[in-house]
Amino acid sequence: MAFAAFSSTAPSATAAPSTDPVARRRSPVALFLLLPGILYLVLFFLTPLVSLLLTSFQSPREFGDIGQFDYAFRWQNYVEVVTTYWPHIVRSFSYALAATFFALLISYPLAYFIGVKARKWPLLQSLMLVLVIAPFFISFLLRTLAWKQLFSDESFVVQSLKALSLLGPEAHVTGTAFSVIFGLTYNFIPFMTLPLYTTLERLDVRYLEAGNDLYASPFQVFRKITIPLSMPGIVAGTLLTFIPAAGDYINASRDFLGGTGTQMMGNVIEANFLVLQNYPSAAALSIILMTVILVIVSIYVKRSGTEELL
Amino acid sequence: MKLSLGKWLLPVYSGLALLFLMIPIGYTFVYSFNDSLKSNITWRGFTFDKWLNVCNVQNGAVCQAFGNSLFIGAVATVAATTLGTMIAIAIVRYRFKFRSQTSLLLFLPMATPEVVLGAGLAAQFLSLGVPKDMLTIILAHTMFCISFVVVTVKARVASLDPALEEAGRDLYGSAWQVFARITFPLLLPGILAAALLSFALSFDDFIITNFNSGAVTTFPKYIYISAARGIPAEANVLASAVFILALVVVVTVQVSGAAKARRLAKLS
Repeated sequence: MAFAAFSSTAPSATAAPSTDPVARRRSPVALFLLLPGILYLVLFFLTPLVSLLLTSFQSPREFGDIGQFDYAFRWQNYVEVVTTYWPHIVRSFSYALAATFFALLISYPLAYFIGVKARKWPLLQSLMLVLVIAPFFISFLLRTLAWKQLFSDESFVVQSLKALSLLGPEAHVTGTAFSVIFGLTYNFIPFMTLPLYTTLERLDVRYLEAGNDLYASPFQVFRKITIPLSMPGIVAGTLLTFIPAAGDYINASRDFLGGTGTQMMGNVIEANFLVLQNYPSAAALSIILMTVILVIVSIYVKRSGTEELL
Repeated sequence: MKLSLGKWLLPVYSGLALLFLMIPIGYTFVYSFNDSLKSNITWRGFTFDKWLNVCNVQNGAVCQAFGNSLFIGAVATVAATTLGTMIAIAIVRYRFKFRSQTSLLLFLPMATPEVVLGAGLAAQFLSLGVPKDMLTIILAHTMFCISFVVVTVKARVASLDPALEEAGRDLYGSAWQVFARITFPLLLPGILAAALLSFALSFDDFIITNFNSGAVTTFPKYIYISAARGIPAEANVLASAVFILALVVVVTVQVSGAAKARRLAKLS
């Protein structure tokens, strides 16, 4: 349901000029309003990141038990983690990239229909929106499990594919890169569709008509007018898909849609932290994941010129 | 012929895309009526039994987990909505130092993968020696909900006409009266939307919870743990019930909103 955050930033950004004439006041009330929440985020968001960073440099305690570490500056943790888990790192970002691409491909026409074509029928528009957010109302894990069962070897889908020889007799669908990317794509379609919808809904169709009048082909109109005007939605949607997809470990988990060959960074972080009690490795991987994502996000947001996202 | 094909392509495609989104939901709902034994994988016949005796399975483990999720969701929602609303009002209405740093601090939790948030908090609790239980889950959920509350409520505060509050002050309303009688009621729809969003985020969260829950089981965690050996149909019953309830709430809000808009349009 994160969409609401990103999509509602857009209207507030456009509303900002109209509220600016109301001079913002300086007042001690501001401090009273801000302090509790900001302090909370410092304590439970910022300092945890610092302890994650400190943990990532820890070294195993001499003669200590499993899971006992001392604060140190063991930067080799990072080298070890990258050399051991580089396939997982590559997989995380390539799966997330693929899922983002497919989600955009599936969501854009849908969002365009709801936001532009369905304007004439407000009831249809709201019904379709309810259906887009409907997956949020049912457990993420159960939805993913449903796909696992629909794709299991005994399932109707897989049996028919095999009967049609579209799938080899020994082939599986679950446990493959396909099923993990499929799951990620499915799960993040609403996150992609909603911000796209909010920008397309405000698209002024007169621009498209102007393009047509000037003898632009439908494709040119789409590429030169529709896409640039819906860029804020594309940026918000792709970020809302890419970030959680890169860190996800449900879809890639062996009990869900993944297999041994599809494990992502999230799976490794979970296993190292919660099972192997190898906290420094888990922390180092988390820091790598976070850094790469922050770098990608800042470049991406700067390039596409929608810094108002904040 | 070509023209009509082009005309129908997009609506048909959109319908299929929505149908695709509904498949796992339909599957979960249908299998809540499955007369299954332990695991709910093969269809064994239709029954209402699971709906009528939800809590009977595994000494009520499903219901226990479900109850935990409701409790955690409620507490985290109240905390996050309060803290987030205060920040939203301050950001729109007041000038203060470190404004850009504040918005960065509010944006970052939304741009951080859940696995990092979860591992970070778990590392902190570990180094401080805090045992993981219900409280640590609530602390974690409140943290990631705050930013979403701020963005949701901020839009509402920004669209609020300051003249209404000025009128209240002109009529000698005290600062508190103006807030309680004017500002708060006008912000209420935004605050409620933020609260619903927080509750939904908290209720369905698994990744952060998994890192900070210790022995406490929430509904998503229950599903994760049982996934290896099969989920009882009772979990489908609870999830389907939540789904129907949420759908009813959303449709009611939509319909009443549309009716209100129509009434306002008639008045003016």
